[in-house]
Amino acid sequence: MLEIKKLHKSYPIGKDSLHVLKGIDLSVKEGELVAIMGSSGSGKSTLLNIIGMLDEADEGDYILDNVPIKNLDEKKAAVYRNKFLGFIFQSFNLINYKNAVENVSLPLYYQGVNRKERHEKAMFHLGKVGLTDWAKHLPNELSGGQKQRVAIARALAAQPKLLLADEPTGALDTKTSYEIMDFIQELNDEGKTILIVTHEEDIANMCKRVVRLKDGVILEDKFINQVRASQYV
Amino acid sequence: MFDLDLWREIFQSISKNKLRSMLSGFTVAFAILLFTLLFGIANGLENTFNSFFKDDAQNSIFVQSGRTTKPYKGFKAGRNIQFKNEDFNYIKDEFGDKVQYITSRVYKNLQATYKNEKGSYQIRAVHPDHQYLEKTQVYEGRYISTKDLQEKSKVIIIGRLVEEDLFSKTVALGKYVNLGGIQYKVVGVYRDDGGDNEERIIYMPITTAQSIYGNNDYIDQVNLTYNPDMNYDEALTFSSLLTKNLKDRFDISPKDQRAIRVRNMAEASKGVNQMTSVLGILILVIGMGTLIAGIVGIANIMIFVVKERTKELGIRKALGAQPRSIVTMIMLESILVTSLAGYFGLLIGMGVLELIGDSLKNYFITDPSVSTSLIVTATIILIIAGAIAGYLPAKRAASIKPIVALRDE
Repeated sequence: MLEIKKLHKSYPIGKDSLHVLKGIDLSVKEGELVAIMGSSGSGKSTLLNIIGMLDEADEGDYILDNVPIKNLDEKKAAVYRNKFLGFIFQSFNLINYKNAVENVSLPLYYQGVNRKERHEKAMFHLGKVGLTDWAKHLPNELSGGQKQRVAIARALAAQPKLLLADEPTGALDTKTSYEIMDFIQELNDEGKTILIVTHEEDIANMCKRVVRLKDGVILEDKFINQVRASQYV
Repeated sequence: MFDLDLWREIFQSISKNKLRSMLSGFTVAFAILLFTLLFGIANGLENTFNSFFKDDAQNSIFVQSGRTTKPYKGFKAGRNIQFKNEDFNYIKDEFGDKVQYITSRVYKNLQATYKNEKGSYQIRAVHPDHQYLEKTQVYEGRYISTKDLQEKSKVIIIGRLVEEDLFSKTVALGKYVNLGGIQYKVVGVYRDDGGDNEERIIYMPITTAQSIYGNNDYIDQVNLTYNPDMNYDEALTFSSLLTKNLKDRFDISPKDQRAIRVRNMAEASKGVNQMTSVLGILILVIGMGTLIAGIVGIANIMIFVVKERTKELGIRKALGAQPRSIVTMIMLESILVTSLAGYFGLLIGMGVLELIGDSLKNYFITDPSVSTSLIVTATIILIIAGAIAGYLPAKRAASIKPIVALRDE
């Protein structure tokens, strides 16, 4: 599913350059739920951005679903992002002047799906996150948990191969966090491959595999016994 | 190529971000409003200048005679100089190639009577060419013909206001008017843009007047237009040569300013034409300045708009928007707002000109208005400006990495 070999990335800072990722090897199979952990500056967000094709590596190989991701121009990256990936962000990143269903249908718009089908699919995914009644509400009329659920519906709408979540519970309280995690676990049970970047131990423990990063290298990579979020909800 | 979904996106973006759209629209609308007013007023000024010369052809030369003021070749000062038909023929023969139209005039003031209506009118006895010199617009019947001159016909062409005065509501054409005891047939009625006085004149063939009133071949004045192919300097040389020849012909001192007076409209119209063109350039510069200020304004706002939308554009890119679709969206939005706002400004400007147009007559501004071609040009300039103003920031926005755009502030 996902294959990363000897990945390097550095950012120029003035005359020097900051070596953020120092040779990362990572392989993720279909249906996995992986937590990428690390303190700030460990390179976990950079890794996620490279996987999400929001950023490009300096060195190394990245193969996603048997497609080598290399020398992407903007256009190609856009097509791959649309086809392979769904994003969930810490700050939700909903478009504030579009209502819930319009936000969810946006990736479908960029896939060239027609208006009627777009609306149907968007409503279906909103239903899956339990927000059918909130379809016509603008993001600022929704609670944090609801916003994140809209964002998850949006990420699912394009039916991506891989879901990427960057601190999905970072802006939420514990209870809402667990609700979101419960939902993510359900998605994973259905077979979705999900990568979560987090620095919270309890969130990481709800995944099936934890990858710890420190100073740009993988410190630890182990499979764990998943803690189900449903018992806290 | 019409993409309904794309336009839906654009309309939503415009209508859901009203303040932003209003701001950018206002700048453009205001610039175009000023531009329209400026051009309208400039056109009004030009109309006024042109109307000063509407009455007579711009290449007219008037030749009049008077009394000598200087003794010369044994003649005493104070001698009366009288033009005759032979002088008219002399000018015609001598300067034939330089003259476009030529006529002589005899002035009379006579009492005109039709039935019970009476009035005193200026009579001008003239040659057929006079029609073109004076820009007389005959709208009923005809003007004086060469045949009238040969036959010394007792026919007259009367002004619109003469018809109104003497015939009230009835038709004058074909009726007979009594002028100083003699019956004349009305063969034409005319209009003149030179004002009311110009429409209270009665024209008759010069030969008729000469034979009936005095039985001589005297003429009071010669009017001519010079060949329009001549430039101002050639025209001025021509009129001074004409003056010199006439003075020689009547044995008048070259220094005598009164005996022969030649007035060349070229002198006056040269000044006015220069002034109008300078005014035109000035208006063009100011107008362009206004337009450029408007374009800079919209460009500034577009940069602000794109900055404000950076995050949204980043989200769109993360969801799979291609750079081209981002550029298209922003550009079309910009073009739409610019065109609509510009058109709105244009309408307001034209409305204002229409409203205040008449009250500006006292300030030498007549009929201020803008032409269709100017409207079309301004609209095209606007659309192009909107496209350019939208393109550069859009291009930049499309090249921002989504990760930068999505970074939390």
